[in-house]
Amino acid sequence: MLTCEKLLLQQDDFALRADLALAKGRMTALIGPSGAGKSTLLAAIAGFFPPAKGRIMWNGRDLTDLPPGDRPSSILFQDNNLFPHLSVAQNVGLALRPRLRLSAQDAARVNAALVDVGLAGLGGRKPGALSGGQQSRAALARVLLADKPVVLLDEPFSALGPGLKMEMLDLVRGKLAGPDRLVIMVTHDPADARHVADDVVLVADGRAAAPVETSALFANPPAVLIDYLGQGPA
Amino acid sequence: MKKPIYLPVVAGFALCASGAMAQTPVLQILTYDSFTSEWGPGPAIEAAFEEICGCDLQFIGAGDGAALLARLQLEGPSTDADIVLGLDTNLTEAARATGLFAPHGVSADLDLPLAWTDPDFLPFDWGYFAFVGNAGEPAPASLRALADSDISIVIQDPRSSTPGLGLLMWVKAAYGDDAAALWTDLADNIVTVTPGWSEAYGLFLDGEADAVLSYTTSPAYHLIAEDDASKVAWSFDEGHYLQIEVAGKVASTDQPELVEQFLAFMVSDAFQSVIPTTNWMYPAVVPAGGLPAGFETLVTPQEALLFDPRGAADARAVAVEEWRNALSR
Amino acid sequence: MAQRPVALTPRWPGALSGALVLVLTLGTLAAVGWRAEWGGGLSPADWSAIRFTVTQAFVSAGLSVIFAIPVARALARRRFFGRKVLITLLGAPFLLPVIVAIFGLLAVFGRSGLINDVLGLLGIPPVSIYGFHGVVLAHVFFNLPLATRLILQGWLSIPAERFRLAATLNAPVGRLLEWPMLRAVVPGVFLVIFLICLTSFAVALTLGGGPRATTVELAIYQALRFDFDLGRAALLACVQFGLCAVAAVVAWRVTGPAAMGAGLDRSVQRWDRASAVVDALAITLAALFLVLPLSMIVLKGLPGLADLPPSIWHAAARSIAVAVVSAALCSVLALALALWGGPVIAVVGVLPLAASGLVVGTGAFLLVYPFINPARLALVVTALVNATLALPFVLRAIAPAVADVQADFGRLGAALGLRGWAWVRIVVLPRVRRPLGFGTGIAAALSMGDLGVIALFAGQSQETLPLAMFRLMGAFRMETAAAAALVLVTLTFVIFWICDKGARRDADL
Repeated sequence: MLTCEKLLLQQDDFALRADLALAKGRMTALIGPSGAGKSTLLAAIAGFFPPAKGRIMWNGRDLTDLPPGDRPSSILFQDNNLFPHLSVAQNVGLALRPRLRLSAQDAARVNAALVDVGLAGLGGRKPGALSGGQQSRAALARVLLADKPVVLLDEPFSALGPGLKMEMLDLVRGKLAGPDRLVIMVTHDPADARHVADDVVLVADGRAAAPVETSALFANPPAVLIDYLGQGPA
Repeated sequence: MKKPIYLPVVAGFALCASGAMAQTPVLQILTYDSFTSEWGPGPAIEAAFEEICGCDLQFIGAGDGAALLARLQLEGPSTDADIVLGLDTNLTEAARATGLFAPHGVSADLDLPLAWTDPDFLPFDWGYFAFVGNAGEPAPASLRALADSDISIVIQDPRSSTPGLGLLMWVKAAYGDDAAALWTDLADNIVTVTPGWSEAYGLFLDGEADAVLSYTTSPAYHLIAEDDASKVAWSFDEGHYLQIEVAGKVASTDQPELVEQFLAFMVSDAFQSVIPTTNWMYPAVVPAGGLPAGFETLVTPQEALLFDPRGAADARAVAVEEWRNALSR
Repeated sequence: MAQRPVALTPRWPGALSGALVLVLTLGTLAAVGWRAEWGGGLSPADWSAIRFTVTQAFVSAGLSVIFAIPVARALARRRFFGRKVLITLLGAPFLLPVIVAIFGLLAVFGRSGLINDVLGLLGIPPVSIYGFHGVVLAHVFFNLPLATRLILQGWLSIPAERFRLAATLNAPVGRLLEWPMLRAVVPGVFLVIFLICLTSFAVALTLGGGPRATTVELAIYQALRFDFDLGRAALLACVQFGLCAVAAVVAWRVTGPAAMGAGLDRSVQRWDRASAVVDALAITLAALFLVLPLSMIVLKGLPGLADLPPSIWHAAARSIAVAVVSAALCSVLALALALWGGPVIAVVGVLPLAASGLVVGTGAFLLVYPFINPARLALVVTALVNATLALPFVLRAIAPAVADVQADFGRLGAALGLRGWAWVRIVVLPRVRRPLGFGTGIAAALSMGDLGVIALFAGQSQETLPLAMFRLMGAFRMETAAAAALVLVTLTFVIFWICDKGARRDADL
């Protein structure tokens, strides 16, 4: 259970309040208009944005002051998810050993993860030599291997085509989602949410609402969502 | 390229330099760098003296003559140096004023062009400043003739080099109050002014100027070491300014006997015979074997010019100012 | 949305490095000032030295940068045979010991140099290199290549993706990409060169033609060596720092923001059409300007090679040892400062440029002397001082790259728990390898060619290669000295090449 307790995120004239709990075993989508603070909320959970007030808890443990690397979460950003100068295998291996001293056993696990995401045999390549989809798979392999209970996705697939994006989300759903894991994804595309998310958190008007089951939400959308959906194809 | 030639640095492991062998007394001589180089008199003199003294003679090289004095002043009375060797008469007054020197106490029969009476500083070699040019090319007969000609020369900066300062004194000694006028006329002959002797001499050898300020003894190097008679020093009617290089005893020395022994050694044949073909200067005492073959071909000025140390110290600031003004126009 | 800056490395290494630089620059100055007997201000001669210094430094830096821009642009967008060699050669003049470079220049521009030989054949009266223009010419020779390398780095730092984007938009590359890059890079480059020229000594004196060309550094030399006027030396050193401060503030004012972002390390490929003639001309002229004097140094050095005494090789080994230690130290200092980041590196990275070498040496001597015989510390102090004086160049080379790494990958590193040495080793070092290699090469080469900040520390005759060369000159052996210069230049260059090239190998960063 991830809890945002009376959370206030503030910067200049931006403010976002969140007071909600996200259950594990679910895939939760943060949706809302751009600039509403979806990514900021995710950054706060990951540890990159210190809250002005409130606490972030995981299973009752206070995370608020922990540095990003010590939190029980993995995160994928919109870009720069791979170090261009390291091979794919090294990039993935960072999940196991931040000092990159990989044992034979570690290497075997890295390979297994690469096979798992469909990158068998590409471990020796540099990210620059991979396609966009393959780069996303490599980043996912690292998240998979890190095996943290919370996975945060900050629109990492937004640069991919719609088909490829859905493929990646399916991969996330298939490989990462599980009874002990919470996946939180930011998206500006309600179709993504409808495709894979169990719950949706609506971020709008300076507030992150409590999660609502996806089907229920879209069956009976609140006014802000209607506004938002009206902006583009749903 | 950042930091230029302040002259020598020794970036060495000078670690064991002092006090490593406690039994052997150590005599430390602060001297200019070219004296200690393998081409200079240092190595031969060190070997010769260590044979007779039962001591360890160590040279501390520190730039040129002026740098020696600065180094000594920085160290003050706590200096490790026992002897300072390589000051010239343009610097002895400033050296004396530091109060760091004691009388040398050596009486020697010196072969200098003039009588030597300084109780604090003892000469070890000397030479005449002169312009050195190529044989067979027009050679002016005086500073005035040079200034009136269109012969090009390269000189050293009096503010950073001892020969440069020597030329300043030369002009001042020869022309007195008219020195400024001579400099004004000389200005268009001067191709450039270098920081030190080496650069100037190098420029001359590379053909950048017809002549260079050096010493009457400079052609001896080319003649003796290179068998090349193409360089000549010009003899000037006004006379030539003398450079007399001296050594002084540091008052705070912990080896007074060794210092006395060395100063006596300095005016002996063993030291003096090394000087002509290493320092390329005249020895302060002509050794028993006479001067090396080749030295007899050198020009001998009719008149030796020299300010006494006090006079040199007094004249310097004015002379530098005159020089600066004349050449800045 | 802005994020919390992620601190992946502790601050103390940077703070320690900064403190060391402060002690060696301002601390040494304070030591000199402390010992001084104050009295009298600056003389009219000092003021005219200040005027001359600023003027020549301004003109030299301006011309170096102006000429460097077309050359760097041409090198950035052309591929031709010998390009890599030329870029490596660009490091050479800056690394030459001053006196060697001067003799190389004179062999081309001097009274009996190549150009006047050609003019003579054509019946045109000779031109003289001596005077203000000679000083500027020499400074441009030293610094044009440096400026070119630094600006070229700016060009190469524009990710290929941006050029692709500009090409698809059919947008003017110059306004969209190059101008902002130049705004960000050029003021800093100008500042560095301005400061180098500000503290110039032998160039101005040898080629300046007379006391008109007196620089502040020469006035300091005079005050310390001939007048033993520590107060005036300290005052002049303060003036030099003051000039540096003013120049730095002006440079920061006009510096544009650097925001190129990260690319995916594809080698730069461009789609804009540019005049091949202009590029060819820029490259040819720059190459001639560089290569001719360098060739003359080689030609003059060859005949004496056989006469080199064995002691030269000992001196060479000693110089190499000092250079390696100094370069390693310098790189560590620079890396620590760059990781610390922030405005402090802008200050610390510029201070050593404005420091008077002679004041640093004298001050260090005064600081050390009461405690230990300075000769015992000769090696340590040489390495420290050389490292500090080279620091601005290394810092300038790597700081932007380190900042980019932190900006682009800091969050990823934090998220993965990459911290401290692991972060430096796995991410920072590989990603800044190219500029770090370049910087280390510069530091090593500067140390190789350095004749002497710490003349005052000299102990028993343990000579370095530049000193050996100078001793040969001082002993009339100009031809052998030219050979020693050739050895020095070759070794310096090989060391630079090893660092620079070694860092670029296999790294398409």
